[in-house]
Amino acid sequence: MTITEERGVNPAAGDENRPIGYGRIQRKEDPRFVRGKGHYVDDIVLPGMLHGAILRSPVAHARLVSIDTSAALAHPGVVAVITGQDLLGLKLAWAPTLSADVQAVLATDKVRFQGQEVAFVIAEDRYAARDALELIEVDYDVLPPVIDVRTALDPGAPVIRDDIEGRTDNHIFDWEAGNAAETDAVFAAADVVVSQEMVYPRVHPAPMETCGAVADFEPIEGALTLYETSQAPHAHRTLFAIVSGIPEHKIRIVSPDIGGGFGNKVGIYPGYILAVVGSIVTGRPVKWMEDRSENLMSTSFARDYIMQGEIAATKDGKILAVRSTVLADHGAFNATAQPTKYPAGFFHIFTGSYDLQAAHCKVTGVYTNKAPGGVAYACSFRVTEAVYLVERLVDMLARKLEMDPAELRLKNLIKPEQFPYKNKTGWEYDSGNYEQALRKSMQMAGYDDLRREQQEKRDRGELMGIGISFFTETVGAGPRKHMDIVGLGMADGAELRIHPTGKAVVRISVQSQGQGHETTFAQIVAEELGIPPEDIDVVHGDTDQTPFGLGTYGSRSTPVSGAAVALVARKVREKAKFIAAAMLETRPEDLEWEKGRWFVKGDPSVGKTMAEIAMGAHGTVTLPEGIDGNLDAEVTYDPPNLTFPFGAYICVVDVDPGTGHVTVRRFIAVDDCGTRINPMIIEGQVHGGLTDGVGMALMQFIEFDKEGNNLGGTFMDYLIPTALEVPDWETGFTVTPSPHHPIGAKGIGESATVGSPPAIVNAVVDALAPFGITHMDMPCTPARVWEAMQGRPRPPI
Amino acid sequence: MQISMTVNGTDITEEIEPRVLLVHFIRDQLRLTGTHWGCDTSNCGTCVVLMDGQPVKSCTVLAAMADGHSITTVEGLATGATLDPVQQGFMEEHGLQCGFCTPGMMLTARALLDNNPHPNDGEIREAISGQMCRCTGYATIVRSVQWAAAHPAGQDELEENAGEEVTA
Repeated sequence: MTITEERGVNPAAGDENRPIGYGRIQRKEDPRFVRGKGHYVDDIVLPGMLHGAILRSPVAHARLVSIDTSAALAHPGVVAVITGQDLLGLKLAWAPTLSADVQAVLATDKVRFQGQEVAFVIAEDRYAARDALELIEVDYDVLPPVIDVRTALDPGAPVIRDDIEGRTDNHIFDWEAGNAAETDAVFAAADVVVSQEMVYPRVHPAPMETCGAVADFEPIEGALTLYETSQAPHAHRTLFAIVSGIPEHKIRIVSPDIGGGFGNKVGIYPGYILAVVGSIVTGRPVKWMEDRSENLMSTSFARDYIMQGEIAATKDGKILAVRSTVLADHGAFNATAQPTKYPAGFFHIFTGSYDLQAAHCKVTGVYTNKAPGGVAYACSFRVTEAVYLVERLVDMLARKLEMDPAELRLKNLIKPEQFPYKNKTGWEYDSGNYEQALRKSMQMAGYDDLRREQQEKRDRGELMGIGISFFTETVGAGPRKHMDIVGLGMADGAELRIHPTGKAVVRISVQSQGQGHETTFAQIVAEELGIPPEDIDVVHGDTDQTPFGLGTYGSRSTPVSGAAVALVARKVREKAKFIAAAMLETRPEDLEWEKGRWFVKGDPSVGKTMAEIAMGAHGTVTLPEGIDGNLDAEVTYDPPNLTFPFGAYICVVDVDPGTGHVTVRRFIAVDDCGTRINPMIIEGQVHGGLTDGVGMALMQFIEFDKEGNNLGGTFMDYLIPTALEVPDWETGFTVTPSPHHPIGAKGIGESATVGSPPAIVNAVVDALAPFGITHMDMPCTPARVWEAMQGRPRPPI
Repeated sequence: MQISMTVNGTDITEEIEPRVLLVHFIRDQLRLTGTHWGCDTSNCGTCVVLMDGQPVKSCTVLAAMADGHSITTVEGLATGATLDPVQQGFMEEHGLQCGFCTPGMMLTARALLDNNPHPNDGEIREAISGQMCRCTGYATIVRSVQWAAAHPAGQDELEENAGEEVTA
């Protein structure tokens, strides 16, 4: 497989010797976006459309005593007001979550987090709907909330989920991986053990476009068209069929252009269901778009893990084992989106990139009076938490052993010849060349020079830090036999049609939220068939137009759908051989494939291009027995294993000793995502993730006060990095194809979000080493850094 | 109340409710949906439009306040089929992913380049620092604006004309 140049026009485009496919080409979707002609949910206006708005609970935990909607109903422009009692009558008050729990669509008995949905107003315009919210009178009997997850399992803690029969505590699950006894034995015999409690705080993905939907129920046919901000339209269709009772063949989900997802748009939110109910009740289309505070306060959060981690090693720096116990705050309803068998996601890849003798982790999930969610924000199903834990532990171990953190990592990284590598918690890493990536990042950074500069600065009393992280990701779920979401196997489909003139349309089940699917998937078909990317239309986001599949999250689009697209193209290519043989009046086995055409072995001048074969397939050529008169195919790809992208990151920070302000001066990221399809898009994915990392490590934080008030409910309080908080990223790459993937690709979307936070925190802690600081919890805000420098415990924010 | 303004070069007069925000007026009444809405607190800048050539956050401007002014939205950037160099730059340098913040970013870039045709990277970062992008990490946006600075509008035509003059 040829990897093309990073820059310039597609180097293969003018090359007669190979098909056009991979390389840096401009995105096919960009012309509409730069003209302001993107088509997002809130841009949709249907005839007679009404607007919905949600009344939300101002308190975290309370019994609902009464709701009076009469004044709201009387408000000009208001068409209907729906409460939880109305939904009870329709059997829609509670909806299943993605984790075998239920979630209140509108509260009926209690409210369980601040921002929970209480009533839904439908009005002629969005202003009238918002006005009417103010007129609804709700009487709350406030209850003590459970906010500190450490107290959620205390005897006598208020029981949040008394809606579930027989429930007497806030415990959701215990889950473990690895071997506890073996791990304990290794720890007992180890020379050195380092332990640390780490809080990975609650954050929110906060895509620029909030969540929303336009529901259009047509009563005569009993058919629902739902335009919504969804990363997984097919899974949503099945779930809406289950929730609403509308037969699945009468439901069409359309996800148009999505203004960023990052996991925020995987789940089904009450607002989507309410738009549907509203359309059924009023007989008119209903639009619901949340505002920013609703987005930050009620839709799926991310992280919120309290992790006790330990690492064991020999005194000369051979890492032997890791173990961890985790308290996972899942909020008021267990609504995390992850494969059914994995309630803690893929956290058990916390063994990282190191060759270990033993590992064990145990995760306990609990309810609190906070918004539900849990797996979101580009985390690859909790790999983010896992990588942060192990990479902080390795840095702490290096400090204890007085070893350079790069040297310690180089000593312990899994070696190329050990792949496929079975780790101690059940993963099989497909391929890797870890040392090469780490050495490349050190070379790009000028690592030794940086350490010298740091020493000089320390001598002058200046605070400079250098942080390293090395991560291994696990992305591209299934296999379906091991991985499902609410019973739906994690596989994805692709359908490919070659039109008579040789132009093509490929239909895929995953949904772009900005990742450039219309370009990447066209390039995969182009590489396989020799049809230029501009002649290939990529259709996605409409369940009526695309094959079934589980959608885009967990960096699974290229690993799963990319494979499906490559295989469906190969199926078409194989079929084309038989048609070409018929056209050339020869035998298929006498043909050879090259440059986008089948030709006669030994006589390249006699052959047929894909366009000629397509016309032949649809024309009057007599086709061989068993060959249909088209050039179409379909595939559903069930991954044999996940793929394991990896990378080496180095961060350089300067800390202002007067204010505690951290500046990320440089960030070097070397990523390996296997075969690279469009290097420009890959680089963009990495840049975005690195920025997320800066946000999480230094700024972003959804905190609550003792009453359960969300303190991060606006962009004035929940701080997102701007262009001034991030450096000019320095990216590099290595290429280690996945051996089990049809094109060797691994996925890249979340690598940087996963890998960057520990590099930044390691750099901050490294800068603060002169103060004896060995760990800081995120976000490393100026206040926290300054307090730590004074030797005081951390302030809340 | 009645307001009049110039939007993308066209004079308009519309009846509005006095409290209507400029972003809703542009999106809902004029149906120019390239201007987006993202936060309500003037932090995110997806709603940026140009008012008399200066970037404003249209979620914190009343439509009534735009009365008598000239508004440019993303739909007014291109001239017919010819893209503004900023639009071309965003495509060349991957300055966008989901496209949601893009209109506001491009309009701010246009205003910057009108005042400072050759900004350095720091000046570009400063100019867009009131706007958020969750996808790109900003570096490619900076490159996109630099691309536009290096390819000012009409440059290709000027070069072609210059060539013709020499041969004539």
